[in-house]
Amino acid sequence: MINYEPNTPNLSDANHNILEVKNVSMYYGSFRAVKDLNLKIQPNKITAIIGPSGCGKSTVLRAFNRMNDFVRGYHLEGEICFHNQNLYAPEVDPVQVRKMIGMVFQKPNPFPKSIYENVAWGARINGIPGNMDDIVEQTLRQAALWDEVKDDLRKSALALSGGQQQRLCIARALAVKPEIILMDEPCSALDPIATLKIEDLMRELSVNYTIIIVTHNMQQAARASDYTAFFTMDPDRAGVMVEFDTTTNIFTNPHDKRTEDYISGRFG
Amino acid sequence: MLRIAFERQLVQINDEILLLGSMVEQSILSAVDALKRRDVVRARQIYQHDTEINEKRFAIENAILITIATQQPIAHDLRKLTANLEIITELERMGDYAKGIAKVIIKLGDQPIPIPYNELGRMGEKAVSMLHRALSAFIAEDVNQASTIPTEDDEVDTLYNTVHHMMVKEMIANPEIIDHANQVMWVAHNLERAADRVTNICERTVFIATGELLEIEPSDDEEEVSS
Repeated sequence: MINYEPNTPNLSDANHNILEVKNVSMYYGSFRAVKDLNLKIQPNKITAIIGPSGCGKSTVLRAFNRMNDFVRGYHLEGEICFHNQNLYAPEVDPVQVRKMIGMVFQKPNPFPKSIYENVAWGARINGIPGNMDDIVEQTLRQAALWDEVKDDLRKSALALSGGQQQRLCIARALAVKPEIILMDEPCSALDPIATLKIEDLMRELSVNYTIIIVTHNMQQAARASDYTAFFTMDPDRAGVMVEFDTTTNIFTNPHDKRTEDYISGRFG
Repeated sequence: MLRIAFERQLVQINDEILLLGSMVEQSILSAVDALKRRDVVRARQIYQHDTEINEKRFAIENAILITIATQQPIAHDLRKLTANLEIITELERMGDYAKGIAKVIIKLGDQPIPIPYNELGRMGEKAVSMLHRALSAFIAEDVNQASTIPTEDDEVDTLYNTVHHMMVKEMIANPEIIDHANQVMWVAHNLERAADRVTNICERTVFIATGELLEIEPSDDEEEVSS
């Protein structure tokens, strides 16, 4: 019997959540950008966040490692718990949060330094113990980049292709030993082959890491994720989560008509 | 509305499937009528008509594959297009059953043999009626209707058993007609199978509408046939 269900975890298996969003609303000044969000993220799974522009996807993603703290007028109501610890509790150090929950951005942004230094930097400033050469090699191997750069470690990171730069940025994030990796449209600047390499890499990384990815590429969410959350905008322009389910269910038989209309290209 | 070209392609594929369905309906009714009239000329026309049915099926299949490749359908659209591939296969096979009946007509020629025209006529009409309504349910994605139609298959099965027993009796009474009587049993078999395939179309309609792949009426026909 054929069992072709590569990405079909069961929602009821969610006994342990690495991240839990509880009744969260987010504001930029008086404008409510995201409202009444409840969401549970399971460890060692890939969760995709999809939805039309302006629905609050990136705001939600950036809230997971307190990147929105830098935005003037931003504030959050509710709780985002990482291993049951509210990340927004007064005693929590946002720098520590970003160490545990790393981020990879839309456009590859390596430092204008050597390939080696890009990876070593994160490990060094976070005091990761061990031989630095070993850490760099191990991390580049994890990011599926080692074979391509092992003879050019002292070369400028900027000499790499876009896809290689993005994998280097993933390696840089991994060197800090995070538990969760946030990815904000990590392939939107890459060609299809480089995109597929990143998707394969995500699948390998999910053995050891939890990945949350924002993507506009519907096929990417369908191919690469275990769970999918669909967001849209309410009439008051606040972002809301419409549906959260296994990726298989979302892309074969979504429950909400708004999800169906969006993923089948009838809306958005 | 977004994706106007895609919507247009879906409508065209639907229209073509309905056209294929009506070609098959016509073929089955024509085959049963030609048997009643022992009309060999018409039987040869049904042969030709089957070639057109096959060509139409391949044209639709090609259109579906192009649509899948170029439009990346998902969710309901994907269910619809993949179910369409199944449905056109079922229709083409139903066309083959009509062709099979035409073959029998040609083989029988004008051999004097008792043929239960009444029962075979009713089987053909019933199968075509079921097909017609199944295609309406398919277009409307009417789950209720699609779930109900297969239950009518029992009537066709009963008629099939009747024809079977009648022909066996004839064969026992007159062994010389065994070959030809056996051909008549094949006509009944083809009509019975045609009705079975309507059930498959209904199952696909339920799948399109709900995403559930299920067997509406578990078939024990083979047991009945051999009993």
